[in-house]
Amino acid sequence: MQHFLDIFDIYLLEAVINGILLGGVLALLALGLNLIFGVIDVTWICYAELVMIGMYGMYYMVQVFGMPYWAAAPFAILLVAALGAALHYFVIAPLLTAPPINQLLATGGVLFILQSFATVAFGIDFRNLGIRLPVLALGEMHFSYSRLLSFVAALVGMIVVYLFMTRTFTGTAIRAIAQDRQIMPLMGVDTRRIYLITSALGGALAGLAACLLVLQYDVHPFVGLSFGPITFLICVLGGLGNFIGGFIAAFVFAEIISLGGLFSDLEWGYVLAFAFFIVMMFIRPAGLMARRS
Amino acid sequence: MNSRNIAWATGLVALIALPFVYREPYHLHLLVLILIWSFAYTSWSIMGRFGLVSLGHGGFMGVGAYVTALLWNHLGVSPWIGIPVSMVAAGALALIVAYPCFRFRITGHYFVLVTLALSGIVLQVITATRDWTGGSLGYTPNRAPSGKGFWALQFDDKTTWYLIALGIWVVGLIIWRAIDRSMARYAMEAISEDEDAAAAAGVNVTAEKLKITLISALMTALAGAIYCQYQMFISPDTVSGIAVSLQMVFAVIVGGLYVSLGPTVGAIITILLAETLRIGFGTKAVGWDNLVYGVLLVLFIIFLPKGILGSIAERLKFKKA
Repeated sequence: MQHFLDIFDIYLLEAVINGILLGGVLALLALGLNLIFGVIDVTWICYAELVMIGMYGMYYMVQVFGMPYWAAAPFAILLVAALGAALHYFVIAPLLTAPPINQLLATGGVLFILQSFATVAFGIDFRNLGIRLPVLALGEMHFSYSRLLSFVAALVGMIVVYLFMTRTFTGTAIRAIAQDRQIMPLMGVDTRRIYLITSALGGALAGLAACLLVLQYDVHPFVGLSFGPITFLICVLGGLGNFIGGFIAAFVFAEIISLGGLFSDLEWGYVLAFAFFIVMMFIRPAGLMARRS
Repeated sequence: MNSRNIAWATGLVALIALPFVYREPYHLHLLVLILIWSFAYTSWSIMGRFGLVSLGHGGFMGVGAYVTALLWNHLGVSPWIGIPVSMVAAGALALIVAYPCFRFRITGHYFVLVTLALSGIVLQVITATRDWTGGSLGYTPNRAPSGKGFWALQFDDKTTWYLIALGIWVVGLIIWRAIDRSMARYAMEAISEDEDAAAAAGVNVTAEKLKITLISALMTALAGAIYCQYQMFISPDTVSGIAVSLQMVFAVIVGGLYVSLGPTVGAIITILLAETLRIGFGTKAVGWDNLVYGVLLVLFIIFLPKGILGSIAERLKFKKA
């Protein structure tokens, strides 16, 4: 019995640490979505599909054109950033004065477009980079380097965004607009430009997430559906537009998924996460970090 | 009887008579599909027209289809009992998710995202329980022994299905109209304008919203179950998940959200579009129909947010005035 418990604890610890590593990438995804919501007051339903396009970009650059991973990554990030800016320019900007639901549904249309574009252009086969990073063995626990790398890169990405938001004029303007949409144009800030920059930044975060996810998962046209819903749950649980709430919620969810997956299938981890989410909505409906009124 | 009622009655009689005069099986098949999906889209629009945009209806539809089929295959429960059970299950799911949403004022973006997650989760559950549901490979209700077709709600001839589909479609329209003319409509419109003001005027915001959501979820589950019984094959992609939810939204927006026949027009357009592409391109069409859907959805929301039928109706009103 004692022996059984020892092994169990090791697995438990491994699952906990893997959950933290997963949380890094989820937090990155949530940050991008929160940024868009907080500043432009729009939800990109197609956010996970932008990530999917980025993953295909990485696949083609690395596998087809033979670029090294580290050289391809900046291009993938730029690609998705451009896509984010285009999404704002062509779809969101004409709808800025429309009811919020219309903006959201329009991005739902973009979700259709991106998914079926990928189906038509790339086929429905599962593809991967063919990069196998070694596995780090710590005692009896095993962690893949790809997860460690993702975690570190996600943290670095978030710190860079934090510095950009706090140390530059543009970043300050973005935060100011998130606080008061009406008054900022009077203060000489070009809102259209700020919105475009924010969209590109949100896209860039999706691109970074794509570079990291492609190390761990195969890419196919519907890959967005496997982490899109969980990203939305994280953002709602953290409070839409609340960066810190989203960050914490990402780790909470990642732990639930990872620990749920330890005892059963990974899908059940997701189901458990959703059940937890429903319960949390009863307890803290406005998000984890909401101040009680 | 005024001329409007006569027009409705004549149309209905013509629709009932149709399969007895015209028997081309492929076209009847298309009509059945159009009627079933029209009913599903109508049930979505009952909520959607009051600003309660749900992307969880794929989930309700999946519950309706899978619960009915699972009860039949594993327990031998007739769909006549299975369908009400599946509707109750979908209704319970709707209440569990919707109650906290409405009670704690989760509206707009939040509501959409929560319901979106709901349909994603139903998809995950169906995939995770692949030992029973066949996972993403799909699921087929067992064929009933001959002579037991009625008990199993399985019919070979298209005319019967056409009449069943026509029946639920008409029921859907009647429910739509009943809500359109009830106090609930005014309450819901007040709520969608301003919840606080509506509450101050004596509207029980949570109860009204729950009522509408429940009706909509029950109807959607019925649509899923009927679809399953007609097609005799369901897979998570065709009756559940986010894609189905978005397809509902798309069809309703294209047809017209605020007119009773809008969802029907949407169903006609989407199904004819998908079929045309499928016949025109064959297997190469995989993905193309959704690509066209997506582009049309974006264009419609930007340029014609009231939908085809809604815009026509508005034009006609202008001329009258």
